[in-house]
Amino acid sequence: MNNGRRVVVTGLGAVTPLGVGVDASWKQATSGVSGIGVIEQFDTSNIKVKIGGECKDFDPEAFMDRKDARRMDRYSQLFLGAVSEAMAQSGLDYSEDEEGAMRAGMVVGTGIGGIKSFEEQVLVMHERGPGRISPYAITSIIGNMAGGEASIAFNLRGPNTSVVTACAASANAIGDAAAIIARGDADVMVAGGCEAPLCEFSVGGFAQTRALTTDFNDNPEAASRPFDADRSGFVMSEGASALVMEDLEHALLRGAPIFAELAGYGMSADAYHITLPRPGGYGAAMAMKRALEQAGVVPSDLDYVNAHGTSTSANDATETAAIKYVLGEEAAARVPVSSTKSMTGHMLGAAGAIEAIMTIKAIQSDLAPPTINYETPDPECDLDYVPNEARSMSISAAMSNSFGFGGHNVSLVFRGYDQ
Amino acid sequence: MDRAEVEAKLKGVLVDELGLDADKVTMDASFDQDLEVDSLGVVELLMALEDNFGVAIPDEEAENIGTVGQAVDVVLAKMGEQ
Repeated sequence: MNNGRRVVVTGLGAVTPLGVGVDASWKQATSGVSGIGVIEQFDTSNIKVKIGGECKDFDPEAFMDRKDARRMDRYSQLFLGAVSEAMAQSGLDYSEDEEGAMRAGMVVGTGIGGIKSFEEQVLVMHERGPGRISPYAITSIIGNMAGGEASIAFNLRGPNTSVVTACAASANAIGDAAAIIARGDADVMVAGGCEAPLCEFSVGGFAQTRALTTDFNDNPEAASRPFDADRSGFVMSEGASALVMEDLEHALLRGAPIFAELAGYGMSADAYHITLPRPGGYGAAMAMKRALEQAGVVPSDLDYVNAHGTSTSANDATETAAIKYVLGEEAAARVPVSSTKSMTGHMLGAAGAIEAIMTIKAIQSDLAPPTINYETPDPECDLDYVPNEARSMSISAAMSNSFGFGGHNVSLVFRGYDQ
Repeated sequence: MDRAEVEAKLKGVLVDELGLDADKVTMDASFDQDLEVDSLGVVELLMALEDNFGVAIPDEEAENIGTVGQAVDVVLAKMGEQ
């Protein structure tokens, strides 16, 4: 970021429907494997949506003791899993370093926080009265508690905030965390997102927005098909993602592993409609333009775009138009654009940060993950979407897009780190 | 239900419902110090006692519950009143 200290990424963590851990998730993503299946967490018989992306291999007690796990909603449990991996990878440990801890903080994004606990406790209240609401109801539901719990677990005593910009939330978290470091308020910030939305109330509620596909209940792995002509809505998933962001000098001094540099952070609002993107993609385009300009990356230097690519009719066509508007026809036709949501499904507030991780891994590995289930071209989606198979190619500057209900647009530009 | 039965049942509740460490749940263990049950945990404990023993314990009487053994005392006293 060109408005202060340089900010690099020194640790990555993820829990996704593709696996527990960044390596497991990345391996599946670059192998073109879908993480979508029939929902097992709750009984879907009363709603039309039967499929989602569940983190079936995640065991909360691998990351926290049983007593602590009990008081948390699953969205916070998933986050602790991701932060645990990211912190271990970074080599940072503040458990006995109070001075360092004061300079280390956290920004977390979530779309809907502890919605599973919310549903459960409202039912308790309805059936047994307010006197039976758990004392942990509020503390597990509120959207900032993943950050609160993680600060306690990892002794992060610096700035700690939470972002609520729907499906753009954890992309904002990364940019906001970097800005806190750039202006000198912290040396290290854990940034990420988490979501555990698979309950009847939230899947049923999203189904009512008509944003979720109901056409692939018998073939879940084919359901998330961004940019394909037969796409018919997104697939909801749970998951968490965390990045350790660090002042470059701080990272160099301690000999930290440096995975990438956050070079640009662009934001805009559509100011148009609560769920639909502004026609023409001009809102999204503004976020991309700002991020690229801040990074000093011209269209001809952009190597890869990790798209928001939700698999809804509106998003994918509009995002395509926005990319063409920003990059120009020539560069847009050349730059590979893929949506890893084709495999992870849409992890809502956790999506932006997991896709930032995919983008960083793409830079590190010189490998663009594919858009799977891409079979039938849509005239409105006419870019190179890296169909169905990962592609080896040189990637040094890459962008990740995230857009949220409410018209929030966020783009992040990462660059491979070189001295 | 005699004292031994209440003790056994309460220990099960504390481990299974409140997630406390079975090895630490002795009759002498203090909720505050030994079991790290905080103010929210006390509320949960009172609800668990109500659910499992059918006794209502007002917040002000919760102050008499410092140890697991004292919780047994309170439950037995309440059951005796019924």
